[in-house]
Amino acid sequence: MDFTLKIWRQENARAKGRFVTYHVTGISPECSFLEMLDILNQQLIDKFEKPVCYDHDCREGICGACGLYINGRPHGQDDGVTTCQLHMRRYRDGDTITVEPWRAKPFPVIKDLVVDRSAFDKIIASGGYISVSTGGVPDANTILVPKEDAELAMDAAACIGCGACVAACKNASAMLFVASKVSQFAKLPQGRVEAKERVKKMVAKMDELGFGACTNTGACEVECPKNISLSHIACLNREYFKAKIL
Amino acid sequence: MIRLDARIPEGPLAEKWTRFKATQKLVSPANKRKLDIIVVGTGLAGASAAASLGEQGFNVKVFCYQDSPRRAHSIAAQGGINAAKNYPNDGDSVYRLFYDTIKGGDYRSREANVYRLAEVSGSIIDQCVARGVPFAREYSGVLKNRSFGGAQVSRTFYARGQTGQQLLLGAYGAMMRQVNAGKITFFPRTEMLDLVIIEGKARGIITRNLITGALERHFGHAVVLATGGYGRAYFLSTMAMGANGSAIWQAYKKGAYFANPSFVQIHPTCIPVHGDYQSKLTLMSESLRNDGRIWVPKKSEDAEALRNKTKLPADLAEEDRDYYLERKYPAFGNLVPRDVASRAAKDRCDAGFGVGSGLAVYLDFEDAIKNLGKDVIRERYGNLFQMYEKIVDENPYKTPMMIYPAIHYCMGGLWVDYHLMTTIPGLFAIGECNFSDHGANRLGASALMQGLADGYFILPYTLQHYLAEEILVPRMPVTLPEFERAENSVRDNIHKLFSIKGKQSVDAIHRKFGLKLWEMVGMARNKSGLESALKEFSALKEEFWKDVRVTGRYDEMNPELEKAGRVADFIEIGELMARDALQREESCGGHFREEHQSDEGEAMRNDDDFMFVAVWEYKASDREHEMHKEPLKYEDIKVAIRNYKI
Ligand SMILES: Cc1cc2nc3c(=O)[nH]c(=O)nc-3n(C[C@H](O)[C@H](O)[C@H](O)COP(=O)(O)OP(=O)(O)OC[C@H]3O[C@@H](n4cnc5c(N)ncnc54)[C@H](O)[C@@H]3O)c2cc1C
Ligand code: FES
Repeated sequence: MDFTLKIWRQENARAKGRFVTYHVTGISPECSFLEMLDILNQQLIDKFEKPVCYDHDCREGICGACGLYINGRPHGQDDGVTTCQLHMRRYRDGDTITVEPWRAKPFPVIKDLVVDRSAFDKIIASGGYISVSTGGVPDANTILVPKEDAELAMDAAACIGCGACVAACKNASAMLFVASKVSQFAKLPQGRVEAKERVKKMVAKMDELGFGACTNTGACEVECPKNISLSHIACLNREYFKAKIL
Repeated sequence: MIRLDARIPEGPLAEKWTRFKATQKLVSPANKRKLDIIVVGTGLAGASAAASLGEQGFNVKVFCYQDSPRRAHSIAAQGGINAAKNYPNDGDSVYRLFYDTIKGGDYRSREANVYRLAEVSGSIIDQCVARGVPFAREYSGVLKNRSFGGAQVSRTFYARGQTGQQLLLGAYGAMMRQVNAGKITFFPRTEMLDLVIIEGKARGIITRNLITGALERHFGHAVVLATGGYGRAYFLSTMAMGANGSAIWQAYKKGAYFANPSFVQIHPTCIPVHGDYQSKLTLMSESLRNDGRIWVPKKSEDAEALRNKTKLPADLAEEDRDYYLERKYPAFGNLVPRDVASRAAKDRCDAGFGVGSGLAVYLDFEDAIKNLGKDVIRERYGNLFQMYEKIVDENPYKTPMMIYPAIHYCMGGLWVDYHLMTTIPGLFAIGECNFSDHGANRLGASALMQGLADGYFILPYTLQHYLAEEILVPRMPVTLPEFERAENSVRDNIHKLFSIKGKQSVDAIHRKFGLKLWEMVGMARNKSGLESALKEFSALKEEFWKDVRVTGRYDEMNPELEKAGRVADFIEIGELMARDALQREESCGGHFREEHQSDEGEAMRNDDDFMFVAVWEYKASDREHEMHKEPLKYEDIKVAIRNYKI
């Protein structure tokens, strides 16, 4: 298969970026999107040009490192997959594909398709955990957790922190990301103890870092590669309301 | 030469760790504040160690090459984590987990370390639950278990197919809590390139900032390496793209000994290779072997028909299928340990019964779906099935999966004593990067256990014991000549890489080298292959330093430069792996020497001559590595032939 690629190139955070057009040919349909970019990079290296920078590591949809804005959608057109899980068989021979980095103020571009997502770590540091130290905890079966709650907590905990939700949102809101952590702990008895403190701190941090407000467009849920449900945002709102008012 | 002293405490096996803790030296809270610790790596081992050390009151600096500590490769572990909780009341105990681990490792690991691992395993689960890890549960609300290869009890805890992710996020949360408390400073997108030694002790590291390219110096009273495995040397593996052996290799070159480098694990259930542009292999969790049945056709003409797609797997009647694991190993069946399952798959494919490209076998869920129903199977493996379908474009609910073995884990690594300290005082190694507790073969779900055991429950004690002697040592300025020299040598190396301006990309050379490594130091090894590997690797090393092309500049984000440094080290590691495989004239665990097999093709160990840990010492670039032996003594376990048949 042959493709025309329009790729965002930007030397560094301060430089101005632009789209550059490339052609790749003879791509196998079994090839993954990132492998197709590897092939492009090999071509660039052969010409002594600088290869395109993009983040990636596990290449199996779990580390959350990869994240490209492909034809106007985070992680491309497929539902429930990350960029590294996208395969070229999903495209038509001869397609033109536009590839951009995440576009959101709190995620400044570092180089080409690589952005700075350290804001997510800062939100977690503000309270995205249960404050127990190592040692001195009860036997794991002391506190029973209804299966249903454990499953719901796991649904929320599946977030990989890729940032697609922020990139998809016209307000660059991080609500789905924050909600997934808040909701995971809210569902577990171990997490309930500090639920109020947690939600207040995390939301305050998110606001401080310049993420926008949630206006319920639902784009985040649609684009989330892990299908994290909007209902967790409802849970976050409930928790926040309880913490602030009650 | 440094004397190899494993520093194993006196006393009966079951009391050693208790005795150590009772007599270890402590550091007062006021002194902890004056001590700095460097932790390289934020996987399960690094993150749990950093969090626990920060909680204790030390100043911790943490490094990882990814943009966030949460992306360390531990995140990719799917299947589960072992612990001797005996919740299902099926006869498990600390002793049994210890026994299974030693036996699974083919009697090539240290008794005292493995016993301690089994001993602390239960606390890991308690800790993870307290940190909000959403493990699978029964309807009653208690934790659920499943069984894994190499065990006859159900002792594996799991969180769907994302156990590693959930455990890592738990440890990452604990670490970020200490970042918030000011006890941990973390440096993402930062790669360690050298170790700094001052007066014989590890005192710091040289790093490269992967955004700006700047070289930086960091001091620590002690340095902890938690940098994971070097399996990516093979190019194609289940490891993350950035996984590397560089940190431990630099430590090796500075005097840390390297143990059992040739002991790597080949995982039986990976998605087969599909093309020569492929960048990595994907694991299908071993837990699938609980319900899936592995088979190939009995007749080679059927195999051929399946390969050229004139027949479908469903066309083959039951009596035309060879469930070779169930046939050969009736007691464990599809749940034999990984090395046994991998070799059996290779054996069938080499004999011409492979399906797919010829290098694949079936993992079939038809019976499980019939017996348990689709919903149960979906609940157990839903996300794995989905992952398989995304990659292969086939629906495993309808047609069997195709799998083939791939490189997955390194049992070898830096040699450490009972304190997890390397032969360089003040340099510790934890998690997959040490030579660990798994001998010649690791049991499934035991790496996560070991990473967290090291980080949460062992290093915080042993490191404190070491630091108790360091309380009078003031922080050292990074302007010392030792830092200067180390930084200069890193800089020289980088400039050398750019100056070559050769014709081949880093990946092209890596691919070539990796394929050779897989061929000759992979699933089956033999003398002449290993000897020619040594020659070819040294030629490839020369080729690399003459012909590699590194584009871009050093003072910018430059993945080509990062890869080049890693591949240069991989080639050298590969050489040592081949050397180690060559000296070990026996078959044990993941190390299979074709010369040492029974008539039935089973591995033959040689306990008389090889019951030791091979511990390698670096001499100089122009001198041969020297091997030392740490003899293994089994006092509590009766050494036996590993038998999974009856
Ligand atoms: C696909 C897959 C599935 C697995 N499933 C299971 C399972 O079900 N059960 C089980 O028990 N085990 C499993 N394993 C094995 C297990 O996941 C690993 O052995 C374990 O997670 C390793 O943890 P670690 O902390 O030692 O290292 P890692 O998690 O690999 O972390 C290494 C860290 O070191 C950092 N690093 C590396 N080099 C440098 C450098 N030069 N400079 C700075 N930082 C550096 C990285 O950034 C990273 O933070 C699996 C492994 C794979 C690959
Ligand atoms: S590279 Fe890890 S999720 Fe895509």
